[in-house]
Amino acid sequence: MPATTVAKLIDTSLCIGCKACEVACQEWNDQEFTLGVFNNTYQTQPDLTANFWNLIKFNEHVDDGVNSWLMAKYQCMHCADAGCLKACPAPGAIVQLPNGIIDFNQDNCIGCGYCITGCPFDVPRLSPVSKKVYKCSLCSDRVAAGMTPACIRTCPTNCLTFGSRTDLVQLANVRTAELKDDGFKDAGLYDGPGVGGTNVIYVLKHASEPEKYGLPKDPRIPWTVSLWKGPLKWVANAAFLGTAVGALLHYLKFGPKETHDDEVH
Amino acid sequence: MTNGWCDIANTDVVLVMGGNPAENHPVGFRFVMDAKRKRKAKLICVDPRFNRTAAVSDSYVPLRAGTDIAFLGGLIHHAISNDLCHMDYVRAHTNAPFLLREDFSFSEGHFSGWDEEKKSYDKASWQYDLDGSGYAKVDPTLENPLSVFQSMKRHYSRYTPEKVAEICGCTAADFKKAAAVICSTGKAGKVGTILYALGWTHHSHSVQLIHTAAMLQLLLGNIGLPGGGVNAQRGHANIQGSTDMGAWNMLPGYLRVPRVQWPTFDSYLKATTPKPLRPNSMNYWGNTPKFATSLLKSYYGPAAKAENGFGYDWLPKLGETENQSWGYFFDRMHRKEMHGFISFGMNPVANGPNTEKMLESLANLEWLVVVENFETETAAFWNAKKLGDKYYPNFVDPKQIQTEVILLPAACFAEKDGSFVNSSRWLQWKKAAVPPPGLAKPDHEIMARIFLAVRALYEKEGGKGEESLMAMQWNYAQPLTPSLEEVAREVNGRDVATGAQMPGFAALKDDGSTSCGNWIYSGSWTEAGNQMARRGQEDPTGLGLFPNYAWSWPANRRILYNRASNDADGKPWSENHASIRWNGSRWTGDTPDTKADSDPHEYGAFIMLPEGVAKFYTNELVEGPFPEHYEPMESPVKNALHPNASSNPCAPVMTSSADSMGTPDKYPYVAITYRLTEHFHYWTKHITSGSELQSNFFVELPEALAKEKGIKGGDLVRVSSARGKVEGPAMVTQRMRPLTVSGRTVYHVGIPIHWGYVGRVRGPLVNNLTPSVFDPNSGTPEYKGFLVNVEKL
Repeated sequence: MPATTVAKLIDTSLCIGCKACEVACQEWNDQEFTLGVFNNTYQTQPDLTANFWNLIKFNEHVDDGVNSWLMAKYQCMHCADAGCLKACPAPGAIVQLPNGIIDFNQDNCIGCGYCITGCPFDVPRLSPVSKKVYKCSLCSDRVAAGMTPACIRTCPTNCLTFGSRTDLVQLANVRTAELKDDGFKDAGLYDGPGVGGTNVIYVLKHASEPEKYGLPKDPRIPWTVSLWKGPLKWVANAAFLGTAVGALLHYLKFGPKETHDDEVH
Repeated sequence: MTNGWCDIANTDVVLVMGGNPAENHPVGFRFVMDAKRKRKAKLICVDPRFNRTAAVSDSYVPLRAGTDIAFLGGLIHHAISNDLCHMDYVRAHTNAPFLLREDFSFSEGHFSGWDEEKKSYDKASWQYDLDGSGYAKVDPTLENPLSVFQSMKRHYSRYTPEKVAEICGCTAADFKKAAAVICSTGKAGKVGTILYALGWTHHSHSVQLIHTAAMLQLLLGNIGLPGGGVNAQRGHANIQGSTDMGAWNMLPGYLRVPRVQWPTFDSYLKATTPKPLRPNSMNYWGNTPKFATSLLKSYYGPAAKAENGFGYDWLPKLGETENQSWGYFFDRMHRKEMHGFISFGMNPVANGPNTEKMLESLANLEWLVVVENFETETAAFWNAKKLGDKYYPNFVDPKQIQTEVILLPAACFAEKDGSFVNSSRWLQWKKAAVPPPGLAKPDHEIMARIFLAVRALYEKEGGKGEESLMAMQWNYAQPLTPSLEEVAREVNGRDVATGAQMPGFAALKDDGSTSCGNWIYSGSWTEAGNQMARRGQEDPTGLGLFPNYAWSWPANRRILYNRASNDADGKPWSENHASIRWNGSRWTGDTPDTKADSDPHEYGAFIMLPEGVAKFYTNELVEGPFPEHYEPMESPVKNALHPNASSNPCAPVMTSSADSMGTPDKYPYVAITYRLTEHFHYWTKHITSGSELQSNFFVELPEALAKEKGIKGGDLVRVSSARGKVEGPAMVTQRMRPLTVSGRTVYHVGIPIHWGYVGRVRGPLVNNLTPSVFDPNSGTPEYKGFLVNVEKL
């Protein structure tokens, strides 16, 4: 019997930006103390870092004189069709567990950074110290032991829920209906159909404008990466063996990444 | 809280004002979110900032700091003038029908009895019109122009939506929209709650502000019902417990502190035991002699006897009108009228108003003992000139300071047993998780060691108050390290002869046969054991009362005034909102807030009040029987209702050489101070996660003001007041809107607290800026709504 695909539901309509999930993540993963960096918002850091894998983004808007302050948790989306995994040339550095979790094994990581290029959500971060790439593991260690991921365990408002993807999609649909009933006609799910579905699912009040939350509008794996592991796989393999594609590698690493209008001010 | 955290889930409308629970009580806030999800409750947030609570609210109304009474007064006017009050409730359970004296009046910002010279009121005209037997006269029709109801109606008729908008800076339309939702609960079957915190208490008119909230909730029939009430969210884990256990003006259990005008126990009891003002008033404070006598028995044990007034003579007495709240005693310290100070779990340099005054005051002491987990700004005050960087250039050099400072390391909350009393009034017993590190000791052991050492000195040398010190009972099994179980049993009270634990305060006596350290906690540790340690999760009423979880004062009652959830005949106002029910012979459900077997018609619903009913009108507060809008002591505008009585006429303003007040020409902006969710007061800057999540001091500025001044996000700015300054990066935001007040634009400047000159992350102390002005009833400083200027650096 195939393992159940696990998922995390983020109901942004219930998030109060308390950052308890950030603390839980830092503590469970034994991250070193780092000072926060001021960037004119309430965010702890301007962005994810190699030792900060779970960040609440505080997105401020004024529309027709009405304020909104949309808080959205930002971390690995654990895609079904994972761009990082597709791009990774190092065997065993990135694995997709039977329960759907995308896990990084730093022992096998060669620090090439292709996974960063491959990620449509801009999540993995290269550590300048260890030269390895890091990101949220959906607490694969806790989940393997039958526990809930640390961030979800600590959430005080039930904004975060852990469970099977099927159940959570159902719950997300219920919440969406409730929000529509409350007058949020644009409420809906955000679960990345362009990447085969993500195992981190959002409920958004403004589902047609995910960029308001700092989420990419239509996340897709960059075509370069799709080519790399798709029709051109033999080229890639040959290239890797023959070390003759420095230019291509450079292009893949620094070339035109798909950009998304996710910088909202 | 009148109700409790879990109970918020029972509400239909949540008004959050003077608080930011999503920010400061994120765990308890889940019950607000539950009410929103499960009951479709509406959340209204009224605040100068579009804050974390506003971010998840259904509607947000901005208002200028310090104008909450105007807003609430506007709601009272809205409810009365639009016939949205729960009038059956008002007639049954409030003093609306009571008649006032003909000489009571209000004009130009002053009530009758004002003495301009003494800056205080003669309250004679504020009494009820009494009949021959000392009872208040009433008019059940509420038509009499001298009735409380008609007086209230007249008083708030001035608070029209347009006037509210003019004062508060919101629009009349926004006000009316919010008022419609809030007042939709003024009928049976709908209930609303009010959540507030320090955004209401940090004003020079804070007690009256909360009085206004209670009035609104009474008009809407929301007191005593599940999902209703006026609910204070306490700011520290055990601040409710510390309030319950007494302060400078209260003995444990809210008994009055002795004063010189009550030289004997009899005169004290006579003055502090109220008489009923209506024939059906239970007047439970009539039992004051039982509570006070039992308290003295717990203080002095066998030495407390009827013939010596149970030791009352040994208690220190305050002067007739003496005020010993901290604003006053720091003022005395500044005037060199104090020699020593023990700062126990308090950091006045950081959290007192006007930091420089705090520093100068401490430098006047001969000795200072600080009992703390960390070296705080107070413990390190002597080095403030160096550590405080540019902020205290005029403070004396360490070499000149003669104060001997002793820092005693204290155990933190997780390193000792004991109880926490939360906002819901639940006493929850806890066990130490780890032993204290190094030489740190629990507070009570430090207290015991100091007490016994001082007593040993007195035995040798004698001294002032010797008799009292020697008479005090200290019969713990381990005198130096009393167990907290033993102390808790003592607080609960016992039968002096048999030693049996008291079952509750109803068993206390005024003849010296019982002892009790705090009557409202009686019942917390009975013969059945430690009730505070209970963790039963049964919920027989389905209302989330959880009667077997921990223990709630008083008498394990979860919702105060719950008798009022029923009408005069004992019938619930609505089936969904009754926590107690009359079954023909008894009240069932929650612990009833009346005699359990008393017929519904026997007693008024508010048993603690001499009136027997709740009060719109009270003569207990110093600045008037009805709350009135007064401007903050530093304000950008004159009071739009009565410019010649602009601020609270009774609020004390300190006048030491360190005190000064600013004017809007030099300091045009309104400043507010607050905590952030990432922090816990001034403590978490000493630990990793608290420092990591919001490491940097910052100043929140409205975008329009920043534009005017050429300030961009991250630019360094200086904020200054008549007292001092702070400097840091600007956070430029649209979440603080410019407000139009009396025709001119008013900007807020927001400054979070947390930092200081010691700890892992450092930054300026916000209280460099705040003024030494206080609420005259509570002594709480005005930390919200004072004047500053902003400059780009």
